[in-house]
Order: sequence, then structure tokens, then C-alpha cells
Amino acid sequence: METLLEIKDLSKSFDLHNLGKHIRAVSHVDIQLNEGEFIGITGKSGSGKSTILKCIYGAYRIQQGSIWYHSKKFGRINLAEASERQMLYLRKHEIGYVSQFLNVMPRTTARQLVQQAILEMGESKSFAEKETEKILTHFELDQELWDSYPTTFSGGEKLRLNIARAMVKKPRLLLLDEPTASLDHDSKIKVKLLIEQLMNEGTTMLGIFHDLEFMNHLVNREYNMQNGVFS
Amino acid sequence: MTEFEVPVLSVKNLNKQYGPGCPHCKEGESETLVKNYCQVCGTVYACRDVSFDVFPGEVLGIVGESGSGKSTLMQCLYFDQEVTAGAAFVRSYENGEKNLFQESSQQQRYIRNHIMGKVYQNPLLGLRMNFSSIGNIAEKLIAAGSNHVGMMESRGTELLNKVNIPVHRRKEAPKYFSGGMQQRVQIAKALSNNPPVLLLDEVTTGLDLSVQASVLDLIKSLQRELNISIVLVSHDLGVIRMLADRTLVMLEGKVIEEGLTDQILEDPQHPYTQQLVHSLL
Ligand SMILES: Nc1ncnc2c1ncn2[C@@H]1O[C@H](COP(=O)(O)OP(=O)(O)OP(=O)(O)O)[C@@H](O)[C@H]1O
Ligand SMILES: Nc1ncnc2c1ncn2[C@@H]1O[C@H](COP(=O)(O)OP(=O)(O)OP(=O)(O)O)[C@@H](O)[C@H]1O
Ligand SMILES: [Mg+2]
Ligand SMILES: [Mg+2]
Ligand SMILES: [Zn+2]
Repeated sequence: METLLEIKDLSKSFDLHNLGKHIRAVSHVDIQLNEGEFIGITGKSGSGKSTILKCIYGAYRIQQGSIWYHSKKFGRINLAEASERQMLYLRKHEIGYVSQFLNVMPRTTARQLVQQAILEMGESKSFAEKETEKILTHFELDQELWDSYPTTFSGGEKLRLNIARAMVKKPRLLLLDEPTASLDHDSKIKVKLLIEQLMNEGTTMLGIFHDLEFMNHLVNREYNMQNGVFS
Repeated sequence: MTEFEVPVLSVKNLNKQYGPGCPHCKEGESETLVKNYCQVCGTVYACRDVSFDVFPGEVLGIVGESGSGKSTLMQCLYFDQEVTAGAAFVRSYENGEKNLFQESSQQQRYIRNHIMGKVYQNPLLGLRMNFSSIGNIAEKLIAAGSNHVGMMESRGTELLNKVNIPVHRRKEAPKYFSGGMQQRVQIAKALSNNPPVLLLDEVTTGLDLSVQASVLDLIKSLQRELNISIVLVSHDLGVIRMLADRTLVMLEGKVIEEGLTDQILEDPQHPYTQQLVHSLL
């Protein structure tokens, strides 16, 4: 099996100058993720789980260590040294991310949000329309909501939309930060079904779950974090 | 690292000082400067070694406090001000090989008319307040070489329509319009020559929140539809968050930090950026 992602000796800390604080979030972490695998991360609040995903996605700067990713476009690339434009390209085309806390664009409808995610990959308008309806239907997002603004949605509706938006792109690598945290049982099953489907289509996944048992038979390996390191 | 794309606009070491400078403040680096101001001779070092690239179809945000040199930078790029030193290259002009600042004023006018569009912080600078709205657009079209009245009329109407100015008000002068409408006429005018690069200086400052929202939505949709590259100056991080892919932070004329917009907002490095971001939360 090919290695898709290899994190080597990743450390991340935050210097909050105005507070005179230095926070160490992640220390010397190594992760290897093979193509097609689904790896789960668990751990206590504040142990550094989200920080790892954000470093991969480039929302946090990588100051120490390397993250080697096997890109379709760029070949083997160290995300710690990738240019901003390369990172933006990868976000559009290869690496998806479902954040722990939702941020939705103001005044953009649910339908537009999902369509844009497809359109920015260079797909046609008609394809985007078709795929959008398919995935919104899968997540049983009430049809009445399709053309309303997600700022007014319930937490669970927002979350399902966020996941739909990331999954509809069928990314090579999908980073999931507690994608099922606030969902009811039925919605969790929907997410799980789609994860399974994406796995079958070849998407590699790295996910944070506090209830990893739920994903149990899907997960290939599991890491537990404590105070910024794997225990 | 070599990029996989070619920038549409490339700015290198742009410097702009207001004032002659004196032995005390030479080069703008001396200890005697208060921020970027020389107390001895009164020179302001408004832009200091500013460099950046703008890539196809992206929105580059520029944030910074009042007086940090943002408008000066935009004025220099649009030739409203003469730079003190530095270079800028535009891909669609002479294959990106000529420093725009060293071109003749006639060539610079050509670049302004054909390659760039600009929306000014102050609509008084960007519009002729007594001309009709469509006349303002026609003026830019004429500068860009149009002379067919019917075509200009239809292009102007199309643009005003795009920015949500009702067709029946196209003959009215901007001085009778609200601030948000004036900014929208400025945007229509700036778009009229299909510029590959659009410079937006505080387009939403001073507008009501709901009007701000409509102008922001307009920019977002134009950018998606037309795939223009935009340099967006704002002191409002909310605006930057919503529109910019990448962001530069300016302080006292210098770029002190740059990154993906979420890096700037979630993982700011410079003490000033941290202060700016945390004051927003
Ligand atoms: N942007 C940031 N600025 C400053 N400190 C941060 C930032 N992000 C994370 N931290 C700190 O790093 C540590 C790890 O945070 P992280 O969000 O990675 O934890 P987590 O394991 O995802 O926790 P949770 O389960 O609560 O989501 C915490 O101490 C946190 O305060
Ligand atoms: N025409 C001018 N003559 C002299 N000094 C000027 C001139 N224009 C600007 N300055 C000075 O240059 C500095 C930068 O001004 P600039 O207008 O570029 O700031 P800005 O970042 O756009 O601020 P704001 O957010 O308030 O619009 C300021 O100190 C200003 O006083
Ligand atoms: Mg977390
Ligand atoms: Mg200004
Ligand atoms: Zn001086």
C-alpha cells in the first residue's frame, strides 16, 4: 500500500505575546496513513487533536516537523513547505476538512454552498446541481432548507450540511474533526454510511471521534492523545 | 519555492515616502522615526519595501490600522501617486517583463484604462458626482477605446444591472445616490473594461451593515462569475474573513505578516496581528 500522508516529529506551540504565554499543543507526533485507510484519533479535551488536523489543512502554521503528503498534482510534497497557493489548490481539489466548529458563509444558501464546493473543482454547472441534490437528499436535509441560509439552521442541520459540503468533493484525503459529535443516532448512521461509501471509492480519512466505538469496524487503526503526544 | 502558477500582478519592494527625507531619517530605518514619521523633517514613510504576488482569480486581503499605508499602496498601483522606489509587473502587459512604474505616463494611462479597475475609499475620488451613472461608466469605456454609443449604453446598463442599480435610475447622477449605491456605481465603472486586476480600497467602510452586506455579496459573486483577481483593502477583519483567500497585514508601512486568511485569523504570529485578531473576538 502507498503512503498517502506521513507526519514526522510534528510539534506545535502558540506564543501569545500580549499575554506572555507559551502553549505547547502537540509534541513530536508521528502518524503514517496509507492510501485507503481510516485512522481514528481519540483523547481528552485539550490534548492536541484538532491542532494536528489544522496543521495538515494549513489553518495552523507548521513550525517544527514535516507533513509529507502524496499529491496527485504536486507529487510528494511537504505541507510544512508548501506555498499558500499550493495549499489553496489542495483544499479545492484534494484535501477536505470538516471542522469541529461550524462556520458557514453568511447569506449563502445551503444549495449554493454545496454547489460552490463542486464548481471550484472545475466541474460543470449541471454536474454540480445534480450532485448537490443527491447529497442533500442523502443527508435528509429538509427540502425547504435547501434554499435558505444555514445561519438559521439547527446545530445538527448545519453539521450535516458541512459534512455534505466536504464529502461531495470526494477528496483524496478527508480530515474529520468530531463530525458526529452533536448528531442524533439516525444522522450518525448517515455519516457512517457515507464514510463507508467514500472508503470504497478510495478516500483516505483521518478522524477525531469521542465515540470511536461507533465507527468501530470501519477504523483501521486508532491513536490516543494525551497532553500533545500519543500514548 | 517556484510557484506552479504565474502571478497576474507582482509587486516588488514598493516604497513611498511623503516628504524629502533628511539625514536623520535616511532610508526610513533610523531610530529617530516615530512609527513611520520623521520628527525632524516631517517625512512620512507610508510604504516600506512592500512585496507581494496576486494570482489568477484570487482575492488578496490587506489589513492594517489607520495610517498603515494601505490606501497609499493602492494609489501607487493605480498611478495616482508616484512611487519613491520599487517595481510592479502585470502579466497581461508586455508579458509581465516591464516595471510599470518606469513606463511613460501615456503607457501608465493605458494600463489604468485597460488592465486595472479601482474602487476608491472615497467615492468623490472615483466618480464624477455630476455625471449620470451610466455616463461615469461610458467615460471609462471611452478611455478604453470604445466609441460606439449604442454599445456603451448597453454595456453600461448591463453593468448597472449587475450591481443592482435599477435601470430607470441609470441617468441619475451619483450625488443623488446613497453611499452604498455610489460604491456600486464605482464597482460597475471599475469592471467596465474587464480588468484582470481589481483594486478595492475599503469599499464597505462607512456604509450601513445591511448595505455593507449587499456590497460584499456583490463582490463575492462577481469574483466567482468573472474570475477576476482582487486586491481588497480593509481594516475590517470580518470583511477579510469573508472574501480573502490570502491576507497581508500592514503596520507602519510594512508588511509584517502574511498567510492564508485562516492562518492569519486562527494562528497569528506577530504581536500586532494577535492584538488585532483578539480584539475582534
Ligand atoms: N489557535 C490557538 N491559539 C492558542 N492556543 C491554542 C490554539 N489552538 C489550540 N490551542 C491550545 O492547544 C491545546 C490543544 O488544543 P486542541 O484544540 O488541539 O485540543 P483538542 O484535543 O482538539 O480538544 P477538544 O477535544 O476539546 O476539541 C489547548 O491547550 C489549546 O488551548
Ligand atoms: N497625500 C499625502 N501627503 C502626505 N502624507 C500622506 C498623504 N497620503 C497619506 N499620507 C500619510 O501616509 C500614511 C499612510 O496613509 P494611508 O492613507 O495610506 O493609510 P491607510 O492605511 O489607508 O489608512 P486608513 O485605514 O485610515 O484609510 C499616513 O501617515 C498618512 O498621513
Ligand atoms: Mg478539538
Ligand atoms: Mg485608507
Ligand atoms: Zn527626516
